[in-house]
Amino acid sequence: MANIISDETIEYVGILAKLELSEEEKETAKRDMGRMLDYIDQLNELDTSGIEPMSHVFPVNNVFREDVVTQGDDRENMLRNAPEQKDGAFKVPKTVE
Amino acid sequence: MDILDLTAVDLGRKIKAGEITVREATEAALRQIKRREPVLNSYVTVDEEGALKRADQVQEQIDKGEAASPLAGVPVALKDNLCTEGILTTCSSKILANFKPTYTAEAVINLQKAGAVVLGKTNMDEFAMGSTTETSAFGATKNPWNEDHVPGGSSGGSCSAVASGECFYALGSDTGGSIRQPSSFCGVVGLKPTYGTVSRYGLIAYGSSLDQIGPIARSVEDCAVILETIASYDFKDSTSVARKDKDFLSALADDVKGMKIGIPRDYFGEGLDKEVRDCVLKAAEVLKDRGAVIEEFDLGMVKYAIPAYYVIASAEASSNLSRFDGVKYGYRTKEYEGLHHMYKKSRSEGFGEEVKRRIMLGSFVLSSGYYDAYYLKALRTKALIKNAFDRAFSRYDLILGPTAPSTAPKLGVSLSDPLKMYLGDIYTISVNLAGLPAISVPCGQDSRGLPVGMQLIADCFQEKKLIRAAYAYEQSDDGQRGRRAGGQRNE
Repeated sequence: MANIISDETIEYVGILAKLELSEEEKETAKRDMGRMLDYIDQLNELDTSGIEPMSHVFPVNNVFREDVVTQGDDRENMLRNAPEQKDGAFKVPKTVE
Repeated sequence: MDILDLTAVDLGRKIKAGEITVREATEAALRQIKRREPVLNSYVTVDEEGALKRADQVQEQIDKGEAASPLAGVPVALKDNLCTEGILTTCSSKILANFKPTYTAEAVINLQKAGAVVLGKTNMDEFAMGSTTETSAFGATKNPWNEDHVPGGSSGGSCSAVASGECFYALGSDTGGSIRQPSSFCGVVGLKPTYGTVSRYGLIAYGSSLDQIGPIARSVEDCAVILETIASYDFKDSTSVARKDKDFLSALADDVKGMKIGIPRDYFGEGLDKEVRDCVLKAAEVLKDRGAVIEEFDLGMVKYAIPAYYVIASAEASSNLSRFDGVKYGYRTKEYEGLHHMYKKSRSEGFGEEVKRRIMLGSFVLSSGYYDAYYLKALRTKALIKNAFDRAFSRYDLILGPTAPSTAPKLGVSLSDPLKMYLGDIYTISVNLAGLPAISVPCGQDSRGLPVGMQLIADCFQEKKLIRAAYAYEQSDDGQRGRRAGGQRNE
């Protein structure tokens, strides 16, 4: 395996991905990601100098519409699936002391 | 005659003629669901009560002459990543196990306007990540032709339901082959439209630049009608394309004379099962006999599509799935210390293994220091893949090849080696990267009786060419129109 994923890298990826991994999961993730990156490294065989990265297949531009509220004031529906709610708002753990 | 053997359009005709009521059709499908679900597990949710109520409503509309669509009264199944107001929409994930959307996907609204009766929501790989429907949090779906095998994925539940008569047609979504590959494995017709043709509003996102909703049915005619019904310009989807050529029914002509079809040599190399190869080449012969000009050519770039796809799709998934945080909807962990811990724990407990694997890969390739080397490299590769298709379509109307390198694998063998599972998408994945339309049409069975699919690929906005060639093939002696697992037209 050419790509060795370090403990620090998997730790960092866990932070970015907002995932909490057990020690066992971390080992699996390191192995799986290393293998995947080895495979993805095939792309380095390609000379892509001078090729623009293609985000969209079609020339897509920003799509504008009139700034008019169409789906406003739907609090009850928006809260319908909230795991916890209070006073017409989403309830989350305390974020500031 | 068994109602379940009818195609969607044939059933629609009989309903309109008063030979079958909408309730009879709905009850027939619900009976079949009761009979087959204990084994197949095609559905996550069956809405029996809602379907019967809706059946009577639609019947009333038809009786009053208010429902003109060929699909009026025809019962449909929807992949469980399409939002349906008030009906559980889980993406086959624990994290959305209790989610009842407060709005309905645009494509589904288009079907409802046409008088569709929704039977329920079908099983899938969790968040459409997988090729076998085995990553579902609600158990695997079985292949109706052989229950020891997978139905393919990620729209495996939709394809299994269509193939077994648990519905008359279904909607799926296709990010890297998720309509076409399970359609191939289940012996049904599945069409992935040009990117932007069907609104993605209300489709729970996986890889937004690749995702597209499309029809799954037991005939090419059905797929043409369904596509015509669900395709619409929608300002709520900023990538929606306003198309003027949506009269797909006009393409149902048994005429491929002079049509130029290219067969990529690089689709028939190492890794392709011999029985699949033979079935697909025989289908090409059929089109040749009917007047198409068939030629071999080198497409190029084939082996680079999968690595480019996994970078792009995982990157987009890592961003799209960051919305699942245990605050606005979905699963929230029971015990936590502070906000960040709540996010992390909810997500870690709510997502399955394959989803976490892709979120992590996506987070990695987007992280500073790796963004250029992986993400931008993949987007440049995507441009080269598009160029390769552009060159091909300057010479050919269609590209013809297998949908998948093999028939359906046995349950349990694919998950042990994710990389190997990814390789099964080799013929379908590049189509999404290039935004192209493609169709999988049943073209035979292997020696174990498992279906084989032929894939036809067209240039952007050329669905009519796909439909024309697929229809011509279906009209031939080898065509399998209406074939159903356990049905009367099998042999």
